[in-house]
Amino acid sequence: MHFHVPFSPPQLHIPDGFLSAGVSIVGWVLAIAAIGYALRQTRGQFGEKQIPLMGVLAAFIFAAQAINFPVAGGTSGHLLGGTLAAIIMGPWAAVLIMTSVIAIQALIFQDGGLIVLGFNIANMGLITAFTGHFVYMWLKRAMGEGRNSMLAAGAIGAWISVMLGAVATAIELAISGASPLGLALPAMAGVHALIGIGEAIITVGALAFLYTTRRDLLDIGEKAPAQASANWVIVGLVIALVVAVFSFAASPDPDGLERVAENTGFLDRAMRPVYEILPDYTIPFIGNELMSGILAVVVGTLIVFSAAFVIARLQRKATA
Amino acid sequence: MLHFNLADQYRRGSSRIHRLDPRIKILGAVLFIAAATVMPPGKWVAFGLLFVVTVLVARLSGLGWAFALKRSFVALPFALAAVTLPFTVPGQPIAQIGGFTLSAEGSIRFLTILVKSWVSVQIAILLTVTTSFPDLLWGMRELRIPAPLISIVGFMYRYLFIFADEALRLMRARASRSGAGAGKGGGGLLWRGRVAGGMIGNLTLRAFERSERIYEAMVARGYIGGEIKTMTPPLMTDGDRNALVVWVAYLVMTLLIGFIF
Amino acid sequence: MHHTLDVKDLRFKYPDGHEALFGVTLSIAPGEKVALVGPNGAGKSTLMLHFNGVLQGEGEVRVCNMPVQKDTLGKVRAAVGLVFQDPDDQLFSPTVFEDVAFGPLHMGLPETEVRQRVKEALAAVRMTDYIDRVSHHLSVGEKKRIAIATVLSMNPEILVLDEPSAGLDPRARRTLINLLRDLPQTMLISTHDMRLVAELFSRTVVMDHGRVVADGPTAQILNDAALLEAHGLEKP
Repeated sequence: MHFHVPFSPPQLHIPDGFLSAGVSIVGWVLAIAAIGYALRQTRGQFGEKQIPLMGVLAAFIFAAQAINFPVAGGTSGHLLGGTLAAIIMGPWAAVLIMTSVIAIQALIFQDGGLIVLGFNIANMGLITAFTGHFVYMWLKRAMGEGRNSMLAAGAIGAWISVMLGAVATAIELAISGASPLGLALPAMAGVHALIGIGEAIITVGALAFLYTTRRDLLDIGEKAPAQASANWVIVGLVIALVVAVFSFAASPDPDGLERVAENTGFLDRAMRPVYEILPDYTIPFIGNELMSGILAVVVGTLIVFSAAFVIARLQRKATA
Repeated sequence: MLHFNLADQYRRGSSRIHRLDPRIKILGAVLFIAAATVMPPGKWVAFGLLFVVTVLVARLSGLGWAFALKRSFVALPFALAAVTLPFTVPGQPIAQIGGFTLSAEGSIRFLTILVKSWVSVQIAILLTVTTSFPDLLWGMRELRIPAPLISIVGFMYRYLFIFADEALRLMRARASRSGAGAGKGGGGLLWRGRVAGGMIGNLTLRAFERSERIYEAMVARGYIGGEIKTMTPPLMTDGDRNALVVWVAYLVMTLLIGFIF
Repeated sequence: MHHTLDVKDLRFKYPDGHEALFGVTLSIAPGEKVALVGPNGAGKSTLMLHFNGVLQGEGEVRVCNMPVQKDTLGKVRAAVGLVFQDPDDQLFSPTVFEDVAFGPLHMGLPETEVRQRVKEALAAVRMTDYIDRVSHHLSVGEKKRIAIATVLSMNPEILVLDEPSAGLDPRARRTLINLLRDLPQTMLISTHDMRLVAELFSRTVVMDHGRVVADGPTAQILNDAALLEAHGLEKP
């Protein structure tokens, strides 16, 4: 059986050779810890049904990633699925489901490497599942009950999860010396800001369908155990992100940063198509291009988040 | 175009490589990729030695010299990310393109990444072509990857084809109901996305129902939860163990050459 | 051994409130081959799921003279081999061998005996060569026979099959009929295939709306045109 897909799911599968040994090991530590904990959590959550349920859902997500919707000029949007899985089943189940999908994509289809599999699992499984779930739950609580708040929360959660997965990937590449951060970060973040919209739309479509047909299924994710541990994961991820970004920025290679500045002209031209769609990625009053790139992404994410929060509050006031 | 080819990559055979214990093959592949990963940049002799051995393995597997070369492209987005390295890594200038200088260090780093990636994909392909999927699962379980995860992956693989068929059917039904050509299509972006999302919601329900029925079938045959019982594995032969020793020795030698020369 | 099935006044309601069985009474003696017919939604599959304790309703269900309850489930499931309608639900292991071995392994049998049982079960369904195959590459007919093997390896006394000939082409159907004819177990099948009923089963039970509406010799039932029409059935 053989079918062609115009574009694969959000391309965050890092191949072997792009991450250094040290970075790869860190990725494995994260992945192994997450998987171990997820196995325990889901055994408690699902009991004897754990294995067939997780397995079949993983098969479904894998197949769902192939479903496309045409965007423009021959490209298509696809689902990655970490947030959707986390909303339906809870974040730890999502970790297991996405791990299975990503591992087999690496092993059988060479979509992503084997040594770098640790971080691929962490980026596309752990980060997407937890940020998507966390944002969803938080926004839903802020926006109140009802179909529209659930859908909006799911959309924003999905978008943020893809963005953060992309940002993490860029940082890992940069630390490994495979790509300068000042380029990888805006490029990955920029492209995935668009891809994330596709993720958000499909996730909303699926959630809307399930809300109408089997609302009870959506409760599984909400009642998933260990909310406390989930929050710790989020805190840990945020701290890791901040540390990684600033430790790299403080790298003892000032010449490298100057070369980045020198060549930004050429790169601006190469990145023109991306920049044309998105607002300029530099904040003018900060001299260092690298730092401004980082801050631009962080600020952008915060703005989206805050906007969502403010809208939610206004909506609540209006209906109160 | 990326092909989502669900046909098993495994090709039956009786070569020495096919008959190797799956544990050995998995370990061998992982150690190979690890060696490639830690190799310092620019060590072309060492990379050449690694490449030579992949060709040798392909030959020994009865697949012919050029087999793995056919499918070992490097994922494009990441190659694009790395292609800026010659321009951004400081070092001895070697060429000029437009108004911009390429550095030797940057170019070496870029090429090294490509070579590492390429040679790693080669060995990964050889692993899956010479080892059936059930054997891969078995090998991973014996190498201490948690049994529940192995079982989950086994189920996923088993039912992947069923859901892929379903997804294909839904997409064909959608295509036959869309008047305009498949590329552009009518209806706004949001609407198209909602249709795709609806299809995925449909698959979600099938997944839950299917897993219920599978669980009932498992229970009907005596499953009470927890680990799925399996047969004990055969012991590893000395021949296979020796093969691994030779392999590791070769990798160590390659690394030494890379680090010293 | 009394390989019997005894059901007395069985009532069952699904968790969502849907009432499926309204007092079913049925007895099957050792060696009998019985066909269960009726329209979709009559409750045939629901009834079958009570025979190995997957579902538990009110009333009495006894298998081989054991009441079906929590502490007898292991023995009950070894005694009653339930073959589901969709063989893909039952072939969930990576290889045919592992699927057929699943039952005996989970009964706690030693490995040499497991291997022996797998060989015998596959031979009984005439699929010995398929032992190393991967399930998802098989045809529907092949899958159905392997599914039967997966319960045969547990040496059940009673075989319960849900729509065994559904979806089979004529050749596969004929192979299946010959197989069912040769298997020695007490047998209860649910089916829409009236020609199959006429050919193999001496006794027919008609179900509709969660109740048994007729129970008697096949020839008699199949000649009762009014009865058949009242319950959405056709004479073969």
